[in-house]
Amino acid sequence: MKHTARTTLGIGAMATTAALALSACAGEAESADVGSGDGLTPVTLQLQWVAQAQFAGYYAALDQGYYEDEGLDVTIVEAGTDTVPIDVLAAGDADYAISWVPKVLGSIEQGTEVTNVAQVFERSGTLQIAFADSGISGPEDLAGKNVGSWGYGNEWELFAGMQEAGLDTSSDISLVQQAFDMNGFLAGDIDAAQAMTYNEYAQVLETVNPDTGELYQPEDLTVIDWNDVGTAMLQDAIWADTARLAEDDAYAETTVKFIKASLQGWAYARDDAEAAAGIVTAAGSTLGQSHQLWQTNEVNKLIWPSTSGVGTINADQWEQTVDIAMGTQNETGASIITSEPPETAYSNDYVEQALAELTEDGIDVLGEDFAPIDVTLLEGGE
Amino acid sequence: MRRQVLTGTAGVISLVALWEGYKLLAPDDGVVVAGMTVLPRANDVAMPHLWDMAARAAAPVTSAPGADPLWLAVGQAAAFTLGVAAVGWVIGVTVGLLTATLMQRFRTAESALLPWVVLSQTVPLIALAPLVRRWGSQLEIGAFAWQDWMSVAVIASYLAFFPVSVGALRGLSSPDAVHVDLLRSYGVGWWRTYSTLRLPAAVPHLLPAVRLAAANAVVGAVVAEVSIGLRGGIGRMIVEFGASASADPAKQWSPIAGAVVVGLVAAGVCVLLSRALDRYRVSEVS
Repeated sequence: MKHTARTTLGIGAMATTAALALSACAGEAESADVGSGDGLTPVTLQLQWVAQAQFAGYYAALDQGYYEDEGLDVTIVEAGTDTVPIDVLAAGDADYAISWVPKVLGSIEQGTEVTNVAQVFERSGTLQIAFADSGISGPEDLAGKNVGSWGYGNEWELFAGMQEAGLDTSSDISLVQQAFDMNGFLAGDIDAAQAMTYNEYAQVLETVNPDTGELYQPEDLTVIDWNDVGTAMLQDAIWADTARLAEDDAYAETTVKFIKASLQGWAYARDDAEAAAGIVTAAGSTLGQSHQLWQTNEVNKLIWPSTSGVGTINADQWEQTVDIAMGTQNETGASIITSEPPETAYSNDYVEQALAELTEDGIDVLGEDFAPIDVTLLEGGE
Repeated sequence: MRRQVLTGTAGVISLVALWEGYKLLAPDDGVVVAGMTVLPRANDVAMPHLWDMAARAAAPVTSAPGADPLWLAVGQAAAFTLGVAAVGWVIGVTVGLLTATLMQRFRTAESALLPWVVLSQTVPLIALAPLVRRWGSQLEIGAFAWQDWMSVAVIASYLAFFPVSVGALRGLSSPDAVHVDLLRSYGVGWWRTYSTLRLPAAVPHLLPAVRLAAANAVVGAVVAEVSIGLRGGIGRMIVEFGASASADPAKQWSPIAGAVVVGLVAAGVCVLLSRALDRYRVSEVS
């Protein structure tokens, strides 16, 4: 009798395990991507992070059918903490990848053959923020302070700015490893923290100031904007496989189509930020609504108005990025690269074709009269 | 039974008392001695009140229309992670038992494999995760295509197999020499010795190993989710909610509680399993 009870228990345990195993399989079936049985070219895009408005243009292009109109069946792949988009691209697991230029320059010098085919973000979104009463208003004021940085290739504009201001980046400041949240800054462990205009800066403005009982206000903070300092580096760009571009005509054609549809997605995000933010939330982002809209709006500011057509790699900005990458030393004295990148590191050929086609279709690729919207952040970004 | 419920409840209550008591007594900025923080901060950002966490769990995930309440979203994520961890656990236990059997059967296999089994656990997970994902994504056999959750299950099994293989090896080698000799004198073959003597004798060693494997599988699954960015589970949720850690500090505690629940359920299943194997459990070795 007793044994029967135990056997039942055992069977119960086994059944639970099996049910769980099956439920995992069932969950997978839903997320499996749709095959391309309808003559569409399958394309995989590797992002740098999880779904959020930073990638609004690609999600908008997917949602609005711009990719499909070009004959592409695009799968957008999110990144984890240990994903290096360029490695995924180089390994052939993705057709295109989104990454910051300085992060890729190092990989290129190590022998990875990738090409920047569209520079989507024209301006840098990286700030160094401090409280207004800290007396920090420029890079020169960082001397002797606790300076926060995420590291992993996100720190070069900061180091370039400090170097330009005459600081010794290894001895004049104390570098603090910064987490994903702004707790270290709010608690005072970090005097000047790294913040993206579209993310961490907003996180601070969504937090209640314990002194006033209301949300922190922009005037409570001072901001060092690397675009103003002159040490901005190029950020989100679309990268393609160099060898495939040269050898595979179909891939080269697909590249033009992919850029065209993506840029059209960005134009959509510019013209209707609220809809674009909604698309990103529908794509599975768990960011709060006001935060998502803020992010869409701030990302728009990094793209629009565009100097020479959205996605164009401007030679002067590329040069500035490369110069900083070669001439800036981090806290260990290392620089990103030691020599000029090869000519294949960027190409305007594909984006120019895409822009010509977009202009023909009547899409505004300059956004000269772009005006950002006003976004009110709510507590917690809700 | 009643006593267990009482001690269990007392344990939870003391944890609540400890958390809230520390918040009440410790200074908001923690205790800093000579520039070193010796006691953590107790302000509402670092340690939200438990009732704030509970209230946050009842509220919707985001203010988007139609958003699920946070506890429901966390529950779904926890079920997903538990499922992936369970797959990893089953694979891990199977592989662990097989390697242990191989090592017990062949002396050479033991000296050849055991160092590798130990060495395998020194490979950092963050180095392994992207590799497993990449190798997996190149697998495509007929209609079968590798999914990202399988990479997570493989990583979970990688952590789970270790205690089982080591524990099972000790267990399978544990019968007294007289017993083994007796069977040999009867002319009983390896397989029957294995199934009638070695395997039952291994159970007391195996049960704690299997429980450890369950804990490892859960940790492995959560960490691997973070590492490769798999959507749907607890790990990913913890990272995503980390972004609002300053502005909405109570939010990220829900998935952390979810991870605890996953661990408890996994441990509970192992208890059921060990109850079923009670007759072999002369005395449990740990």
